[in-house]
Amino acid sequence: MLASLNWQPIWLTLELAALTTLLLLLIGTPLAWWLSRTRWRIKAVIEALVALPLVLPPTVLGFYLLLLLGPHGPVGQLTQALGLGLLPFSFAGLVVASTLYSMPFVVQPIQNAFTAMGPRPMEVAYSLRASPLDAFFTVALPLARPGLITAAVLGFAHTLGEFGVVLMIGGNIPGQTKVVSVAIYDYVESLDYASAHLISALMLLFSFVVLWLLYRLNRQLNPDNERHPS
Amino acid sequence: MISGHYQHRLGEFQLDACFELPATGITALFGPSGCGKTTLLRCIAGLQQADYGQFSLGGQCWQDQNQCMPSWQRPIGYVFQEAGLFPHLSVAGNLRYGYRRIAVEERRITLEEAVEATGIGHLLARRPAHLSGGERQRVALARALLTSPRMLLCDEPLAALDHQAKEQLMGYLQQVVDEFRLPCLYVTHAPHEVARLASHLLLLQQGRVLASGVPAQLLTRLDLPLSQRHDAESLLQGVVAEQQAGFGLSRVRCDDIDLFLPQLQHRNGSPVRVQILARDVSLTLERPRDSSILNILPCQIDALHNNGQTYALVRLNLGSQQLLARITQLSAWQLALQPGQQVFAQIKGVALV
Repeated sequence: MLASLNWQPIWLTLELAALTTLLLLLIGTPLAWWLSRTRWRIKAVIEALVALPLVLPPTVLGFYLLLLLGPHGPVGQLTQALGLGLLPFSFAGLVVASTLYSMPFVVQPIQNAFTAMGPRPMEVAYSLRASPLDAFFTVALPLARPGLITAAVLGFAHTLGEFGVVLMIGGNIPGQTKVVSVAIYDYVESLDYASAHLISALMLLFSFVVLWLLYRLNRQLNPDNERHPS
Repeated sequence: MISGHYQHRLGEFQLDACFELPATGITALFGPSGCGKTTLLRCIAGLQQADYGQFSLGGQCWQDQNQCMPSWQRPIGYVFQEAGLFPHLSVAGNLRYGYRRIAVEERRITLEEAVEATGIGHLLARRPAHLSGGERQRVALARALLTSPRMLLCDEPLAALDHQAKEQLMGYLQQVVDEFRLPCLYVTHAPHEVARLASHLLLLQQGRVLASGVPAQLLTRLDLPLSQRHDAESLLQGVVAEQQAGFGLSRVRCDDIDLFLPQLQHRNGSPVRVQILARDVSLTLERPRDSSILNILPCQIDALHNNGQTYALVRLNLGSQQLLARITQLSAWQLALQPGQQVFAQIKGVALV
């Protein structure tokens, strides 16, 4: 039964989720740090922008992204001018869309972890001759680890499950943009319930195992449940 | 010599503190809550940006109008009120955090020395979460020492500790300051800590320096708020002269007078500092006979302070040292006390600090 399964959407989905999570951690961590430390008024604006995907229907986000990235949109014209071609209906376009769409799920847990830490650990590090960058990597990041793990799990899981944005910006091109959620939809549309069942069950199992492993890892790394500096 | 001047406005609060302090021993920054002592310490550490700041230690300028050394370059060791140990590192990891960041040729204090001086050898493998409050502060002190600082800054390091842990940590701190010859600025609002530790005192009030000097002198200045407190006290310097084991007493010689204290562990000839609460001192015009009070000292009235309240403060000359007595206004009036007059001070309680 597994032999007859089309694995392509599954690999594509995992690739997309992994790449998106990685990108989000790279972008989201500095952004979360800045949001947790800044006193600028613009902070509220940025926070609201980051949180938008939480409340917007995915189709709205997808629609605007399509306009922005499309041949007549400003970003689309830029990518064309740079020789990168157009992003919509490509894997790269999916990565960009997923990154924006899953942003709040990554930024918010990290920001909360940084905020809960307070200013003291960094001050202690400075008094021990660590420069701000040094202190960020050796104190702030280790202390925020539970938040970072939560962020990675949520970002990954959320990207696995996205559908609306994918459909708007990626379409349904096998091997390029046809991810699991779209494939399942296809199977159901064509009344191939057996395949839909199989791929859905696999997704369910996989998601559960990943989440369970990560939470268990987090628990093992924090035997004392010490999250704040004493 | 430590000298500095900081000006900073924080809402309604205005810090404007200009000071010159000795670069040896422990200087207590003392004052009521909200007087700006912690803010001043943070400015000196570079953790707080002041509107105007100028600071130098031993001729080396850390900041003035033109330059400001960032906090992570200042050669200070900072001990915070709540220790601030890194929970993700073991005690040894905490100690090495600062140590690793000091160039080898600039290290003057070794891991062994710091561990030894703070008595934390048995704790190295532990996690901070498994330490008592006193142990945490000792680790924090050792960690600060391991950056081989030029100056130690302590922000109420005893505030969260119980009595026994306080006494113990004060012992370690004194020892560390003596052994490594580190000047130390010590923020506190506890008079007992000033009496026990400080060799110099900087009094702060509402963001300004009220007085700076030797604690024994500032404590007995009648124009300062220290002498107005209900726990106003004087400090006397003496040496242990004799043990009277049969009575469980020790005789301490202060200049040319004798004080009897509950038996001390010190050897004869050891210098000691004793504190006497002003409210434990009463005055008589003639030497009382048949009194149960042991310490009755002849002295001369130096000054009287009458603030129109129930009590009057009397400062007494006792050889080259000074003693404070708090008596009622009525008594002062009935005895017709005058500066220059010879009286006898009856001391009900003397304690070693």
